[in-house]
Amino acid sequence: MENYFVLLGTALILLMFLTLVRVVKGPTAIDRLIGVNVIGTKSTLLILIIGASLGRIDMFIDIALAYALLNFMVSLATARFFQRNRSAGMIEKEEVEL
Amino acid sequence: MSMYLNTIVVLFTGIGWIFFLGATVGILRFPDFYTRMHAAGKGDTLSTMMILFGFAAYQLHHPDLASLLVAFKIVFIAVLIFITGPTATHAIMDAGYGSKIDHWGTRDGSVSHCLIKEDERS
Amino acid sequence: MFGFMTFLLMFGLWITMSGKFDLFHLALGVISSAIVAMISGDLLFQDRQKGFGYRLLQAGRFVQYAVWLVAQIIYANMYVLKLALTTKKMDQVLDPYIFSFKPHLKTPFAQFVLANSITLTPGTVTIRIEDGVFLVHAITGPAAGDLEDSDVINGMERRVAAVFEPEILHQIEAGK
Repeated sequence: MENYFVLLGTALILLMFLTLVRVVKGPTAIDRLIGVNVIGTKSTLLILIIGASLGRIDMFIDIALAYALLNFMVSLATARFFQRNRSAGMIEKEEVEL
Repeated sequence: MSMYLNTIVVLFTGIGWIFFLGATVGILRFPDFYTRMHAAGKGDTLSTMMILFGFAAYQLHHPDLASLLVAFKIVFIAVLIFITGPTATHAIMDAGYGSKIDHWGTRDGSVSHCLIKEDERS
Repeated sequence: MFGFMTFLLMFGLWITMSGKFDLFHLALGVISSAIVAMISGDLLFQDRQKGFGYRLLQAGRFVQYAVWLVAQIIYANMYVLKLALTTKKMDQVLDPYIFSFKPHLKTPFAQFVLANSITLTPGTVTIRIEDGVFLVHAITGPAAGDLEDSDVINGMERRVAAVFEPEILHQIEAGK
């Protein structure tokens, strides 16, 4: 069963890297925020998977709980910050340095 | 008994992973911010909850008090995600609408009434 | 009475989180739960007129509603999965659409529950609530058409109202 959890964690990391593509590509700041939010939620699961594969899930569960709360706070705070910032909706142009 | 429990764990986490796959592909493929938020808001909440319930079932292998407490905490996290997931989605959606992100649409005039409202406010 | 219920909730949370049952930790839990209940006990239960039995009834109805909502979430996810993994081009599949409506619900908490439910049901996401007017983004045309004909949203609003504000049920029936 521990092997299954390692497999599941690897599969989750694969999908998180795919979501990271959206964070890198943008095009607006809030598009990046979507990807960050999803990756943060899944990090909670990743912490639990580490705990389960080490056999110490009772220790990691508190960290996961705190991380879930923190991720919600981060999403709310960043969303509120960008709400006042009209330029967040602009598509960011790549600045080419010569 | 243990065999059935393992089957349940694999079933829940596997279905959760498939829903997360749908959310990820949706985030990558959908054309604009609002439609991406559909995939992120729904897929993220349910897939996280499914995988968490799978973990809670895994704790029932040794049904002593400590494991039950851990299972209860995992269910607590799932309830938390169930409440905070849509709320965070709503907050990000509101921020995107407030900063006037362009709306992708195939039909004419579908956006006009809300954009007029936005202009009147500012 | 409500302060004591807050104390019991906080103490249950303490026991779950600490997981230790010796006298020292339980005493610490009693002290800190009592302090929290004393300082912020008036935050948790807003409407003091309703009795304790009514609260239990409301909780039962809410569980019933949550079960219905979970079924809707599973359906919504299968819908997103179908839309995301289709081989067609996106502009053939998607037909996004924004519309607004004004529900009969008055209390902010009921509106919050309705907004979260709209976000979790297939094809729709709440964008913003402003002065009781909901702004909703729907992902495909036919779904939005259904919603604007207000069958789905009306049904959902009736379910939320049955839990939180049973006194406005007749208004929703009349408005339909």
